[in-house]
Amino acid sequence: MGNSSSLMLRDEEIDEISRDTEFNRNQIVRLYSRFLSLDKKGQGYLERDDFLNVPELAVNPLGDRIVDAFFTLAGDNEQKLNFRQFVRILAHFQPINRGKKNVLNGRREKLRFAFQMYDLNKNGYITREEFKVILNSMVGANITAEQLDKIADRTIEEADGDHDGRISFDEFCRAMEKTDIEEKMSIRFLN
Amino acid sequence: MRKLESWAFFVLFVCSSAIENGTSHENGSTYQILSFDFPAIETPFLVASWLILASAAKMAFHSKYFPDSSLLVVVGFILGWVFYNGFTWIKVQYYELESSYFFHFLLPPIIFDAGYFMPNRALFENFGSVLLFAVVGTVWNTMAIGSALYFLSLYEWFSVSFEIFEVLTFASLISAVDPVAVIAVFEEVHVNEFLFINVFGEALFNDAVSVVLYKMFRNFYDIGSESVQIVDYGKGMVSFFAISLGGTAVGIIFAFAVSLITKFSQNMRVLSPIFVFVLPYMAYLLADSMGMSSILAISICGIVMKQYVKGNLTPTGVNSVKYFTKMLAVGAETVLFMFLGVSAITSPHHFDWTFITCTIVFCLVFRTIGVIVQCTILNKFRKKKFSVIDQFILSYGGLRGAIAFGLSASLPDSMSTKPMFVTTTIAVIYFTVLLQGVTIRPIVNWLKVETKEDRQKTMTESIYTKYFDYTMSGIEDIAGIRGEHYIRDTYERLNAKILKPILMQNEAKKDFDASVIVRAYAKITLEEALHLKEQKKRKLDERLTIDRSAISDSSMDIHIPQERIRLISSSKTRLQKLEDISKQKQINETEELQDDYMAQINVANMRSQQNAPNSSQLQPSSSSANI
Repeated sequence: MGNSSSLMLRDEEIDEISRDTEFNRNQIVRLYSRFLSLDKKGQGYLERDDFLNVPELAVNPLGDRIVDAFFTLAGDNEQKLNFRQFVRILAHFQPINRGKKNVLNGRREKLRFAFQMYDLNKNGYITREEFKVILNSMVGANITAEQLDKIADRTIEEADGDHDGRISFDEFCRAMEKTDIEEKMSIRFLN
Repeated sequence: MRKLESWAFFVLFVCSSAIENGTSHENGSTYQILSFDFPAIETPFLVASWLILASAAKMAFHSKYFPDSSLLVVVGFILGWVFYNGFTWIKVQYYELESSYFFHFLLPPIIFDAGYFMPNRALFENFGSVLLFAVVGTVWNTMAIGSALYFLSLYEWFSVSFEIFEVLTFASLISAVDPVAVIAVFEEVHVNEFLFINVFGEALFNDAVSVVLYKMFRNFYDIGSESVQIVDYGKGMVSFFAISLGGTAVGIIFAFAVSLITKFSQNMRVLSPIFVFVLPYMAYLLADSMGMSSILAISICGIVMKQYVKGNLTPTGVNSVKYFTKMLAVGAETVLFMFLGVSAITSPHHFDWTFITCTIVFCLVFRTIGVIVQCTILNKFRKKKFSVIDQFILSYGGLRGAIAFGLSASLPDSMSTKPMFVTTTIAVIYFTVLLQGVTIRPIVNWLKVETKEDRQKTMTESIYTKYFDYTMSGIEDIAGIRGEHYIRDTYERLNAKILKPILMQNEAKKDFDASVIVRAYAKITLEEALHLKEQKKRKLDERLTIDRSAISDSSMDIHIPQERIRLISSSKTRLQKLEDISKQKQINETEELQDDYMAQINVANMRSQQNAPNSSQLQPSSSSANI
């Protein structure tokens, strides 16, 4: 109960966040109420479990990878996400505005989120094993282990420019060159 | 020689006696060896001969510069003229297109093909814009064109005067974009997916609207403009929903029926494809009889049943369904365009050039205005926005076609303006098919409209598409937004959990469906494996070493050699053989019918790239030619 006052969002904060992330006021307020509904324990920050309580996320094969990426990108070793960080990361998925300078939601930033999801040990490279883990969680039940290996090998080969057996962030970006990331990795945040 | 002469004489004798008997048929006095009884076979013979004629024409008149549809219309026109003026013994009924034949026999295969080959994902992603164009756009076009023409008629611009409902009926049939014409032209123009799906989707779904408007205004005309009340307008609007939703429901029900039947007909594999064709046709007829949109019924039936049917039939079964559908559709389309050409001669005409010109101008102008306004609104809500060039293609690609003609021919003869309307409809169709259809390709090239990329989808992309789906789905869930990803995700989960186990055989309950990835992998393995071998082959030459970890599924079973040279040359010949196989497969692949219109366009692009002189895919690098 005593925490509730510190949970309330002050106007200056809203403006700051708005400047930082380019969300407008209404969107931020909406996201704030979402944040509060996720933060069931009322701690003022989100933990991993809070995310996994979202029912659809639990069924999503990449669910825990997404959550993982959230925490990694927040740069927080304590695995706690405050509202600022929450909004900041969601800002990555705003549609790209051709007129404005896209700091958070540019192509590279979107790709970095995707990359983080793959890179399990956070060393800046996706190895064959890490890729197999992801592929397995997406497809695994439906194909044999041999097919999984082949698909993984094939995909790594395609992207691996310097043939070191793993994919760096630059190679990842280059592999995604022709994909319309701007459209695929954007969602419309309602006003 | 002797034998031949005697045979010839014998045959001649038989024939002449037959002819003689045939001509003296009325006497009935002699025994007839052979007789020529045309009336008995008249109808099937006509149908067959038109099919042969049309198909031969399509094969004979094929040009790089003109879409097939325009050529066929011209051929039909010439043919009709020749028949009409030259061969007057060929009765007009033989080459006149009755609107019932059109609606019952020619149209269903074409629309079914459109539904079956619909790229579902692209449709879903553009559903909002397609629906907007189809509904609002068509209504706008109808009202605008009708009102403008009526307004001008009040000032006696035209030779005939007409009531408001007459001209609105005409406007409703002339304003609808025709899916047949769009397919025929756009398939050859290679615009990108985005444009294609918007024009094509609109063309397909605006049928419901045109049918409602056409019926509504025709009813109003019959009732008489004085007796029409407000409640009738209300009824008209309600009927729109009844017609479109009813047609959709019929389509879905029959799609489920087909899926279930194919699931349980495993022991009669040869026969089960019949259901795949006949049941949608029934859906069409049934919907039509109930006054609902038969086009919606049959196309939605095709869209919905495709995945289940593919799972239930054997691969050869699926393939034969694919080819037969295409054959029916292309055949019907060909005959249709020929008839469009012919009917210009045979219809009772009333040429009012002012009316015709005004109609054409209004069609173009109002469509353009409609497109611009709608796109401006849509762009506020869409991630992928319509550029100015996109909007131009959308407006210019609004082709009218045979459906308009069929509707105009089925106007009641009591309508005194019918001949003028029919003539104008034909004129507008000719204008759009010939002029717009022919010029659209050069314009597309000139404007440098983004064409569909010609490279094959890489493995990475197939995986990542799925990957991004899940990711964005998750993000939407976190942010508490129910967006398009949520909808698609819910649908896919519903499909995998409930629908597929019921409608498909051997489908255990799964939480999600990853077969796309597996199929993608299977599809591109051989060619890509070869490309990688190509790279390795070059490395082979450079470094004279062998990389053991080649992609495994081919016959590159390399043993560590004693003499490297022998190995290298033998592996080179093997690679050459594999390359030949791949070349053959690639050629075959590109000539194979693809799964949907997107793939078809891609492959057509690839093919035209292959024929270009420097297609790097097929030719080995000359540097590694000799050791």
